[in-house]
Amino acid sequence: MGMGEDFLVLGGKKFSSRLLVGTGKYRNMGECASAIEESGAEIVTVAVRRAEIAGPQLEDFIDPKKYTFLPNSAGCYMAEEAVRTLKLAREMGGWNMVKLEIIGDRETLLPNMPETLKAAEILAREGFAVMAYSDDDLNMAGRLEDAGCAAVMPLAAPIGSGLGILRPEKLQKIIAQAKIPVLVDAGIGTASDACIAMEMGCAGVLLNTAIAEAKNPVLMARAMRQAVESGRAAHLAGRMKKSAMAAASSPIAGIMN
Amino acid sequence: MEIILNGNKYNLDGSCSVAALVTELGLDGRKIAVEKNLEIVSRSHYGTEEVQSGDCIEIVNFIGGG
Repeated sequence: MGMGEDFLVLGGKKFSSRLLVGTGKYRNMGECASAIEESGAEIVTVAVRRAEIAGPQLEDFIDPKKYTFLPNSAGCYMAEEAVRTLKLAREMGGWNMVKLEIIGDRETLLPNMPETLKAAEILAREGFAVMAYSDDDLNMAGRLEDAGCAAVMPLAAPIGSGLGILRPEKLQKIIAQAKIPVLVDAGIGTASDACIAMEMGCAGVLLNTAIAEAKNPVLMARAMRQAVESGRAAHLAGRMKKSAMAAASSPIAGIMN
Repeated sequence: MEIILNGNKYNLDGSCSVAALVTELGLDGRKIAVEKNLEIVSRSHYGTEEVQSGDCIEIVNFIGGG
C-alpha cells in the first residue's frame, strides 16, 4: 500500500494526518496556533467551559473551518455531566465527533471506566461519533467498541505525565483485537514515544502537553509530525525479524585474504 | 428580575430573549452554546426563546484543552 492512500477514518471522515493535538497549556494562543500549524494536525481537541465575557476567543487563533474541533469532556467525573457537556459542544460546533473523557479522581486523572462506558452508550445512541479516552484494559476496549464508539483511545501513561508507553503489551493486545481505530491518548512525552505507538499499529496519537510544555513547542510539533509519519510508515513497511545472533550485511565471498 | 447565569445571580431589567441576553453580555452568538434550565437552546431559537425570572442559564464556549 502506498502512503498516499493511507487515511485515518473517523466518524465517516477521512484524515491525512494521524497526529491529533490539544490546544491547552500553551504560554499563549499565538504559540499554540504556530505549533498546531507545524504539527500538521487536522483534528484539535478543545474544552468546553463557561463563557468569559469579552476578550479574544480560541476560534480567533484556531480556525474551525481549517481544523476539525474535537470537543472533550475533560473535568467531568460522571456520565451525566459528560453527556451534557458534549451535547453543548455539538450544538456549538455543529459537528458530532467528540472526545469522551471521564476521570476518576483529580490526583491520577485515570479514567473512570464504568462511567465512560455508560456515557459512550448514551452518546453513540444519540448519533455521536465517540472517541473514548480509556485505560489500557482489553476487555474494556472491546466493550467500548460494542457500545458503538468510533475510536478507542487508551492511555500510554497518566495525562500530562510524559512517561511514554508504560505497558506496551497491554496496548498491543487492544490493537490486535480492535476493529475500530485505536489511538494512544495521554502520556506521550517525546517524539520516540509517538513513533513507537505508531510502529505498534496505533491508528493515531493524541497529545498536548508534550508539545505545549516543550522548551520550543513549534520545533517539538514538527518532531511529533515526523515521528508519527515515520512510525506509520515503519508499521506499514513491516519490520525485519529480530535475531539473537549477528547476521553479516556484507557478503562473505570475495574477501581478500 | 433575577436569573442564575453560569452559576451566579444576575440581574436583568425584565424578561428578554436569549439573543438580547447574549448581546448584553457582549458575547458572539456564533461561538457559544446556551442551555436554559438544562435544555439546550438551539441557535436558531435565540431570538424567540424567552429568559424569565428564576431561569437557570448556562453559556459555554470552547477554550484550549487536551
